[in-house]
Amino acid sequence: MIKLTFKTDFCKGCGLCVGVCPKKILRIAPNTINKKGHHPAEITDMEKCVGCASCATMCPDCIITIEKE
Amino acid sequence: MVIFDKPKALLDVPLHYCPGCTHGIIHRIIAEVIDELNIEGKTIGIAPVGCSVMAYDYFSCDMIEAAHGRAPAVATGVKRSDPENIVFTYQGDGDLASIGTAEIVHAAARNENITVVFVNNAIYGMTGGQMAPTSLIGQVTQTSPYGRDPKLCGFPVKICEMLAPLEGPEYLERVAVNSVVNVKKAKKAIKKAFENQLNNKGFSLVEVISSCPTNWGMTPEKALEWIDTNMIPYYPLGVYKDRSANAEVQHD
Repeated sequence: MIKLTFKTDFCKGCGLCVGVCPKKILRIAPNTINKKGHHPAEITDMEKCVGCASCATMCPDCIITIEKE
Repeated sequence: MVIFDKPKALLDVPLHYCPGCTHGIIHRIIAEVIDELNIEGKTIGIAPVGCSVMAYDYFSCDMIEAAHGRAPAVATGVKRSDPENIVFTYQGDGDLASIGTAEIVHAAARNENITVVFVNNAIYGMTGGQMAPTSLIGQVTQTSPYGRDPKLCGFPVKICEMLAPLEGPEYLERVAVNSVVNVKKAKKAIKKAFENQLNNKGFSLVEVISSCPTNWGMTPEKALEWIDTNMIPYYPLGVYKDRSANAEVQHD
């Protein structure tokens, strides 16, 4: 089981993680706003995540942590 | 088991860069390399003037802020005063390819045992998107509103090609950070540049093709595509010099 966590308050909503996700399970949250005033990235279906770390590789703000349980 | 986490050499603070700016990726690559080589305690970074002027706030190793373009000169002093130090400079194109051209050429010619990370995004980011020496022909910037005209402004400077004929430098490579594959290649190149210094081989420079979505006037994803369609054709990726491998110039 893969566990993917975002440090949401550091997210600037650039969307680079969304574009590279092979499973298309990331999105920019339309109804949430973080401390910085950005719409942060979020995961829609954790079960489908394969832990490839493409999102974390492209995240310029290094806010993604991926763990395998 | 942790698959991916923030490297220890990168402090846990928010970066000031614009959304989607790939400076953050390059910072992380350097921090990962410092962690993997376990050299944080003896590494000294030299920050430039430009968008990455505040890089000293982000790395957990010691950092020095150099005058505009003079990072290779400062790095020379730091390295020569104690060769045990691992010294890297982090410079943008406005810093290294414009005001600091003399410093980088002579540091390379002397084969100083330092590592240079040169971030080329073809524009002056911090000051608001003026034309840089590396801006492409026809590129629209604040100071070239009708596109860069080579008759008026000359041609873009290709740093790797310019330094390659010198006998001094040990290792010159150009990489990009516009895709997952390219980010991994960039990390390999930057790691090699640090290893060269650890093995006392001499001057290593890695040119990283980066994006500037704000000043290019694009979304972050479009900016990465623009690197593929416009920048890489003019600045081909590949190894330009690798003395230890006796490699001829290779292009992807």
